[in-house]
Parts: sequence; structure tokens; C-alpha cells
Amino acid sequence: MGMTMAEKIIAAAAGKESCKAGDIETVTLDRLMSNDGTTHLTIDMYNNLKKPRIADVDKLVWIIDHNIPADSPKTAASHKKMRDFAKEHGITFYEGEGVCHQVMMEKHVRPGELIFGADSHTCAYGALGAFGTGVGCTDYLYAMVTGTSWLLVPETIRFNLHGTLKKGVYARDLILTIIGRISANGANYKAMEFAGDGLKGLSIADRISICNLCVEAGAKTALMEVDDVALDYLKAHGREPKAIFKSDDDAVFSEVFDIDLSEIEPIVAKPHFVDNIVPVSECEGTKIDEAFLGSCNNGRIEDLRVGAEVIKGKHVADKVRFLVVPASREVYKQALKEGLLDIFMNAGAMVMNPNCSVCWGACQGVIGEGETLISTGTRNFKGRAGHKDSFVYLASAATVTASAIKGYITSAEVQ
Amino acid sequence: MGKVFRFNKDVDTDQIIASQYLLFPTIDEMKVHTFESLNSDFASQVKPGDFVVADENFGCGSSREQAPSVLKALGVKAVIAKSFARIFYRNSINIGMPVIVSKELYDAVKDGDEMELDLQAGIITVGDKQFPCTKLPAKMQEILDQGGLIASLDN
Repeated sequence: MGMTMAEKIIAAAAGKESCKAGDIETVTLDRLMSNDGTTHLTIDMYNNLKKPRIADVDKLVWIIDHNIPADSPKTAASHKKMRDFAKEHGITFYEGEGVCHQVMMEKHVRPGELIFGADSHTCAYGALGAFGTGVGCTDYLYAMVTGTSWLLVPETIRFNLHGTLKKGVYARDLILTIIGRISANGANYKAMEFAGDGLKGLSIADRISICNLCVEAGAKTALMEVDDVALDYLKAHGREPKAIFKSDDDAVFSEVFDIDLSEIEPIVAKPHFVDNIVPVSECEGTKIDEAFLGSCNNGRIEDLRVGAEVIKGKHVADKVRFLVVPASREVYKQALKEGLLDIFMNAGAMVMNPNCSVCWGACQGVIGEGETLISTGTRNFKGRAGHKDSFVYLASAATVTASAIKGYITSAEVQ
Repeated sequence: MGKVFRFNKDVDTDQIIASQYLLFPTIDEMKVHTFESLNSDFASQVKPGDFVVADENFGCGSSREQAPSVLKALGVKAVIAKSFARIFYRNSINIGMPVIVSKELYDAVKDGDEMELDLQAGIITVGDKQFPCTKLPAKMQEILDQGGLIASLDN
């Protein structure tokens, strides 16, 4: 019987020839990412161990990205704890470099790796054919100390993508459509694998956007076949694959979906669930108070180019705040070079330093009681962006920017 | 006996403990904000030995271990739901807090009911009714039995 990509990566990490969905395997991790959302607690637990130790410090990557720069003395203290520990133990450490997943994609992730990240959107790494999965700080600490962990081998849902997206339709619209179709727990415990001829028309930015959001369907991981687009990205960032896996022709999938990319339309996820999707036209006219272009889902240079094209020569609507947050320093510098930041600032947007910003809802740009945000962030849960009685709509960079200009939800085509 | 605090489906980890509290230095400082957006009295009313009972997909969203940790710190004896999101489920077992799948319990209880859980026997009792708990996979039962995953690092 053939194996899926997920089974092959886990088998390799378990030092075995094969494994199958439902097996529990002891695996050696290739990389362990943690950010400032939980690391201060991991350190406290580490310091309470009878025999504190780190299995392989070279596998650890720590990134301060959620509340950077610090918003309060308490945050500053938690950051200091993380910074001091990282420096003392020689852990690879970034601060202000960008949103953790974007930094990982730019600098660390390699095809075939098995990566734990103390952040649910770690599934983004599937864009480069790596098995990334989100864990809490106890799992993280166990893996940091032993170098290993245990994993239930997931079943795989396969998505065969065909054709190309229409102009004005983006990867964000595609993945929201898929989540709407399978629901917020439609892939719980499972891997979501993407393949097919439609993949080649999707950039690495598109692929990250798709894989990143799979946890919103409950997925354990997301995986994409590694092709020339992925290999070119790796090469441009000075890395080689660890191993390239693809599912066998006779691999067993729990479900298979065939998706014609040309049928996807611009989508909005309404409050308060990511699977609560409707065509943008159904929300047309919904008044907004704030718009956010950024995050690990849509803060890449490609997204900023889309936003800049929509807003060039126009202006943010009266009484609306428009936050533009490049996902990393690399993206920020490129946007600066291309004149995109000028375009945004001339249009009245606020350009912030690379961080999780309002997608995290605790750092900057939080919204008040009764306010509405349209966002390229990852989640629209109740209170996610600030006050518990506020509203978050999720959409593509184009829809978010078009809405910022009008002051109400609208698609870029309607402009 | 403990009291039931009942929640709907798709309760996400932001509802359990909001982002703005996650970087507080300790779980004890965070726990007073548990379920703040859904039931602002929860943290002051819940007593050690009480239960959280929920519909499908409890704990979806972020991987923040603070979510099960604040529940445990408030003394919640177990979370019983129709189903759980996977990271929350795994995190709960890892910190030694029982998470139990029961397809029937949610529809059979209301907020404030008294219930009893016999973990050894795998039986939930509410009044004169009994409900079986779904068994944990052996690997997870072993972690729970030793009081969480970290205990094995100190052996």
C-alpha cells in the first residue's frame, strides 16, 4: 500500500521504512520554533525541571513577533526573560525581524523536515513541503529537552487543484472557500495536502497563505508537493531540501476534492468564524472602522503590491484607519525599494513595523466596542482584534484595501 | 460533585483566555480573565471540582497552552465535550487535565447542574442518569496517569 506525504515525513523522522495513519510514532524533530506568545512560560517550566537540558540547541529558533515592540511593562518583562535565555543558551533568536512563520520560511524551513512550532499557524511550512504543526509549551519543552516527541500519524485529505485563479481572485479566496466547504473542524486531526496542475500557477506567497490557514479547518498540518517554484524560492534563500516526498499514486486519502481554480470568487469570512464565508457582494456596504493588510497570511511583498495597486492615487476613507504591516524586514525593505510604502503613506495608511499587529489583537490597532475591522489576518473570532463586542471580517489584500478606500466592505472590481 | 458550566460549539482559545493576557508573567495572573468574553462571572464563580461541558470543537484556534492551564488553575476537574480541537486536547493531557469526549452529556445537562465524574470507571453521573466516557488512547492515558508530560522528564 502506498504512503501519503505526511506518512513519509513521519516515517523518516521515526527512522522507519513506513508508517500509516492511526499509528503513534516517536519522532525526532528537525526544528523547534517558539515565539513570545508562550515562551516565557516554557522557560519557567524549563527552570523547574530537576535536570534542565537542551537536546540540540541548533534546532531551536526563537522569535519575538507578537507584541513587538512591547506594549506594557509586563510584556517587556516576558520579552526580557526570553531574550536573556536565548542569548545565554546560544539559541537562534530574532526580534523585530518579522512574523515568526514568515521568518521561518525566509531563513529556515526545508522540504521534508518535521517542525514543531509553539503557534498554531506552523502548518504554513507545508508550502515548502515540510510537516509543520502547532504545539503548546509543554510539548515544546519536551521536544526541546529530548529532541523527540510522539505523533499520531494523521489521515490526509487531498485537494487536487486545476486551472488558474481568475484576475482579482487570490489564494486567500481559495482557502476561505475550502474552509467554508469542509467547516471549522472538517480537517480536525488530519493533514490537508494540495497537488495538481493548478499548483504551478501559485507563487510561494500564495502557497503560504493557503497552508497557513489550514489550521482554521482544524488540520494538524498542510502539505504541498515540492516543485520548481518551491526549489527556486529555496535556492534564492540559500538553502537545499532535506528530502522531497510526494504521495504515492496508491496512497490512501480519507477524502479527495477536485477544485477548479477558475470557479473561485472573491470571498469574505464574516464574524465570528473563519468558515462563515459569503461572496464579497453579500457584505457590500458593511461599514468599517479599520482595515488591516498584513500578518503571516497576507503580509508578503506580493500582497503589498496588490494593495498598492488598488490604492495608488486614492485615499483612505474619512474616519477609517488603514494599517499596513509588512510580514518581515525583508518584505519591508523590498516594499520600500519598490515605492509601495510611499503609495500607502500618501494614501493615508499607517505603515507599522513587522509584527503580528491587530491579527493578534493585543499589541497595536485593537478595535473598540461595536467597531468593525476588515482584515487579511488569520482569525475573526469574537474579540480576536480587541473589544469582545467588535466584529472582524476576513478577506484578500485587494478586498481589504478597496474597503479601506470606500469605508465599507467592497470588492476591488467595484472601484 | 461539581457544578456544570455549559458552553456552545466552536469555543475558541481566544474566548477561553484572550490574547491581551497571554504575556502576563504567570498563569495565576491570567486565570481571573478566563472566559471573560463569554461569561464574565465564570472565574469568580467556578470552584475546584467543577466541570466545563461543551458542544463540538471545543478549544479551536490558537495553540496557546494558557487555555487549558487557566482552567486547570481555577480547579476545573475536567472538560467534557462532544469533540475537541486537536491542539487543545493534546495540551490538556500534557498538563494533566482530563478532557473527555461524550456525545450525550452536552444535550442532557444545563448550566448549574450538579454532576459527578468517576474517571477510573469512566462514568459521568447527573441525577439518576449515567453517561459513559470515551476512553483515551493508551499513550494519552499514560501521560495523564503520570500527571502530565513533564513528569516523565524528571524521572
